Amino acid sequence: MVVCEMETDHQNEEMDVENLSSMWPEHVGGAQPHNQFNVEKPAGDSDTLKEVDIAEKRTMADLKRLPELMNTTDQGSSQLTNLVKQWEYMQDHAVRLLREELKILTKQREEAEAKELKIIEEHNFETEEPENVPVLDESSDLLRRFKEKKRDALVGRKRIEIDEEFDTVAYWKQKALSMEKMLEASTERERRLIEKLEESLKTMESHSAPVEELTQNLKRAEGFLHFILQNAPIVMGHQDKDLRYLFIYNKFPTLREHDILGKTDVEIFHGGGVKESEDFKREVLEKGKASKREITFETDLFGSKTFLIYVEPVYNKAREKIGINYMGMEVTDQVIKREKMAKLREDNAVRKAMESELTKTIHITEETMRAKQMLATMSHEIRSPLSGVVGMAEILSTTKLDKEQRQLLNVMISSGDLVLQLINDILDLSKVESGNVFRFLILLCGHVSRFLCCCFLGVMKLEATKFRPREVVKHVLQTAAASLKKDLTLEGNIADEVPILVVGDVLRIRQILTNLISNAIKFTHQGKVGIKLKVIPEPSFASDNALNADAEEQNGLAETSVWIRCDVYDTGIGIPENALPCLFKKYMQASADHARKYGGTGLGLAICKQLVELMGGQLTVTSTVNLGSTFTFILPYKVATSNDHSDDQDEFSDMVDHQPEPDDTTEGYFQFKPLLGSIYSNGGPVVGNNFLPHKVMLTSPLKLINGFVDNTGQSEAVQVENGGYMDEARNETRSGHCPESAHQYENGNGQCPSKESESCSSSQASSEMESELTVSSPREDVKTENEVKETSKQPKILLVEDNKINIMVAKSMMKQLGYTFDIANNGVEAINAVKCSCYDLVLMDVCMPVLDGLKATRLIRSYEESGNWDAAVEAGVDIKTLEDKQMCMRSTNRLPIIAMTANTLAESSEECYANGMDSFISKPVTLQKLKECLQQYLH
Amino acid sequence: MDAHVAQLQMQYRNYILSLYQQGFLDDQFTELKSLQDDGSPDFVAEVLSLFFDDCVKLVGNMARALDQTGTVDFCQVGANVHQLKGSSSSVGAKRVKGLCINFKELCEAKNYEGCVRCLQQVDVEYKTLKAKLQDMFNLEKQIVQAGGIVPQVDIN
Repeated sequence: MVVCEMETDHQNEEMDVENLSSMWPEHVGGAQPHNQFNVEKPAGDSDTLKEVDIAEKRTMADLKRLPELMNTTDQGSSQLTNLVKQWEYMQDHAVRLLREELKILTKQREEAEAKELKIIEEHNFETEEPENVPVLDESSDLLRRFKEKKRDALVGRKRIEIDEEFDTVAYWKQKALSMEKMLEASTERERRLIEKLEESLKTMESHSAPVEELTQNLKRAEGFLHFILQNAPIVMGHQDKDLRYLFIYNKFPTLREHDILGKTDVEIFHGGGVKESEDFKREVLEKGKASKREITFETDLFGSKTFLIYVEPVYNKAREKIGINYMGMEVTDQVIKREKMAKLREDNAVRKAMESELTKTIHITEETMRAKQMLATMSHEIRSPLSGVVGMAEILSTTKLDKEQRQLLNVMISSGDLVLQLINDILDLSKVESGNVFRFLILLCGHVSRFLCCCFLGVMKLEATKFRPREVVKHVLQTAAASLKKDLTLEGNIADEVPILVVGDVLRIRQILTNLISNAIKFTHQGKVGIKLKVIPEPSFASDNALNADAEEQNGLAETSVWIRCDVYDTGIGIPENALPCLFKKYMQASADHARKYGGTGLGLAICKQLVELMGGQLTVTSTVNLGSTFTFILPYKVATSNDHSDDQDEFSDMVDHQPEPDDTTEGYFQFKPLLGSIYSNGGPVVGNNFLPHKVMLTSPLKLINGFVDNTGQSEAVQVENGGYMDEARNETRSGHCPESAHQYENGNGQCPSKESESCSSSQASSEMESELTVSSPREDVKTENEVKETSKQPKILLVEDNKINIMVAKSMMKQLGYTFDIANNGVEAINAVKCSCYDLVLMDVCMPVLDGLKATRLIRSYEESGNWDAAVEAGVDIKTLEDKQMCMRSTNRLPIIAMTANTLAESSEECYANGMDSFISKPVTLQKLKECLQQYLH
Repeated sequence: MDAHVAQLQMQYRNYILSLYQQGFLDDQFTELKSLQDDGSPDFVAEVLSLFFDDCVKLVGNMARALDQTGTVDFCQVGANVHQLKGSSSSVGAKRVKGLCINFKELCEAKNYEGCVRCLQQVDVEYKTLKAKLQDMFNLEKQIVQAGGIVPQVDIN
């Protein structure tokens, strides 16, 4: 039995040795408690093993090149020393193992020998006990069988020959002897085996085959790992359950191993991120699930660095958590890059958003520009035919007409005038602002005639002109009556105390009245609509009205102010009380039903309110459902004396009845019936209607023709009051050398009086007029050009223009108008001309070579302010030396400079004004425009 | 004889109207005509001959500028276009003026192809106008020779 065991052990030992290479990793794993690497620990083993496996798996791909790399790279060779050391450790370990085995074997053998001795002694004492035989037999059989087997296998067959007879003493003696021999042989064999074993142990130490293979494997694995990890910014570690480091691999250590091992993160470093990483590790440990996280450390030890950390829990064989494996890679640069990228992307997005915003703005601006341009074009397109209509109507009015026809014509002309005036306002590009363009276009689509100008409210300048409230009221009613399609009575009632002549912005006031009246008519189906005017004391809200002061300044006259209350009343459907608050809001009507039923934009009232407020007044409304509404606006006006206005050509001379009765201008009551039948009757004691012409629009292509019809006896006062008379006088005079004018006159009414007859019939008025013209109204160029030439000093005009065709045309026009002028071809010439002589007016082209009109004007203005031409010299203008100092006497006065613009956007009127120009004429320059301009600026 | 004059006058009137209707001329031409009086009987003809001389010169300038093999001086072309625009505007040469407005934009956009195209159009247009106006003057002359007076044509 013992031998058997012994021998089996030996065999196993041999087998172990044979299989060492494949078994080795397990042994290494299981038996390294004494390993001198202080980084070793049970859990690390499995890792090592895994990595070895990985290395072997990759052999196919990598190992062919690995040794090469190992030998050719510094990293590789530096590892060899480590490998050698490790190999030695392993050899030592193997030897130790074998020695231990040997010890055990020796012990077992000693035990076996002791046993054998005992057996022999027993045999010697009890050889004759038969009951033992079977046992012995049995055992001897077993022994024999075994021995035979062993002999066959190891020693060869040796038979024990016993010659003596069985069961005799000799036999037993012989048997004992032979058995002793066998024992000796066995002992001898055993001894040989031990020798062999020792020998084998010795050879094993020098037996390099498995060790070398292992070493090579290890070398490869380690070499691979180190080759890979050599310069990798990687930290690896293993921490136990308490997160104390058991192992750490750090290629660039800032701490030595003994500073780290056995400590936790928080014990090692301080600073930002440490706690976070510790918490993260704990979390992984608790959850038992591998996980990654990016943590930025801010420590004294290694500054600010970001690590991508991978943590996985580690289990022992009993599936208990024993710690974590931890791997960190420094990704600071990548994080910075990534953040930079994110920031770039963000910036990009912002920039893109800005770009699109900008594009939108540009688009809107372009749209605005286009709209502006379109507006200018459109206004022009509207104006041209309209001026034709008005002009024709005016000519028509000089023909023989009956009373009714004349009245109709008057309405037509004054409505036309109104529209023309509004369009002129629009054409003045300085008033067109982007925001208003759209509002304007919206309006234009809807209520062209009614609200044409309202959109310009925000930028509109109020004009102060003299007008007669009675005329205005009457005319508004007349106009409304002309298009009235309902059986309504329109009436006007003006209190006696209302002045005959007041100063205000008649155009806007008329607009308000027209709006309110048409509104009233719209919502009234029967009964009447009317206007009531009366004077009221100054309301409290107006005590500190700035506009008042402005108006006063503008007017320049210290007239007394008067507040007039105007009621526009109707007997219509009325407005429910709850709708009153939103009545004046834009685009609102009292109710949606109303909007559907009555249409309209709902802008009218809002505009009226704005207009009234703009003029420093107030618009209110009272209403009773089904009984009617009253819109009331109160406005301040200046009172003009009736003498003042006769010479005022700019006056908006509304239609007026010139009646023989002395109360023609003071009549306080009018009534109009709808024009359904053949006639609308004038309520008062009207016998005849006299027509006085309207001021023809500046841009009218027709010559200014003023009919002057005297159907009935005409009071002298009326003639004097009529500014148009003077126009006529001029035209009359000029007609001699203006064939077109004469031609038109031929079409005129035969009753049209000649100048001579006129002055004869009303000599008193004429003389009165003449005196006023020369004395009180110097601004008006009421005399004929001939007269101007004769009576006043010829004004000095400078034309600055580079285009010779333009010069030629202008020259011809000036000749027609009776003026001469000097010519400068560019801004520099202009400056020199201005410097050398005194001009009363400069007509300045904007776009010119050398120095453009805007710059030239700026320089001239700068000279006027400073008294020297330094600015011009600075700007590089070649200033000729001044020869006559006295010539610049006029420098204290502002020289009127009129721009001549092509009316393109590049030459906007704003720019002209901004550069110090006083006005502008749009090109192409026409005689009419030039005349207007010269009249305005030449005193 | 009178019938002949009347016919010529009618022809003249229709011809002038057609010039307006076809957009060759605009109100400014009327303005120009109205400036012609006994004091300057050939005013229109003088201005127009100046204008067409100008056209020849300016178109020539622009053609040279645009014919440069290297970089085209658009500023120079633009200045010429501006001149032409001003002149055509002043004489009421509506079509030429319209082309000039486009031309100027193209010039500012430094659109070479567009400029060349536009220049060709301008060239054709002013020559056409010149021929048309030549016809008009011939008609006027015929009327005067026939003992008639040149009628005022009211384009409105």
